Amino acid sequence: MRDVVVIGLLAIGTLFFVAGTIGLLRFPDLPTRLHAVAKADNLGLGFIVAALAIWALTGEPGESAGVGVAAKLGLIWVLCLVGTAANSHLLAGHHRAAARAQRDRVAPADANDGEGPISDDTRPSGGAP
Amino acid sequence: MGAIDIALVVVSAILLVCVVAGLWRGVRGPTPEDRLTAFVLLGTSGAALFIVLAAVAGAPALRDAAIVVVALATVVVVVYTRRSPT
Repeated sequence: MRDVVVIGLLAIGTLFFVAGTIGLLRFPDLPTRLHAVAKADNLGLGFIVAALAIWALTGEPGESAGVGVAAKLGLIWVLCLVGTAANSHLLAGHHRAAARAQRDRVAPADANDGEGPISDDTRPSGGAP
Repeated sequence: MGAIDIALVVVSAILLVCVVAGLWRGVRGPTPEDRLTAFVLLGTSGAALFIVLAAVAGAPALRDAAIVVVALATVVVVVYTRRSPT
């Protein structure tokens, strides 16, 4: 029974990793690729850590057994959560600023240049001149 | 447990394929942010590979290496995205 649970969790985690990798390779844009990688990181690593933690808590004695091992695996997952969240925000923000700089370099912006109803301007004044 | 060991070896093989496949986006990605995204996936897939190998091969030091790899990916992204404009 425990074998079934552990192997099932490992399979689901690996599936998420494969899906995230395929998403990184096949998605058309940086934000979508970041989304795929974030899912692979959080869910894929989460399921693999859960499987290995269950195996460490209930498995045979050895190097990979005990509560300490399970706690360290949980900490690895939490570190990956925080790191991936921070990375996604930083990369998406930097990409957006770089894209805007590129666009302004090619065609300098006039007032209301090409912007739709939702403006990129996030100042409290709402972009009023 | 024979079944779980076989499953862990299969999982480590698949994760290795993921790590290598991430390199393709690292080479290909048109912007540096794409390459950094591939590096983040490399870090997390590498960390998963390390902790699976730690369970298979009985090498507990690999879990510490997994922490290092995850932290390294974050540090690299922070350094690149927050550098002063040149």
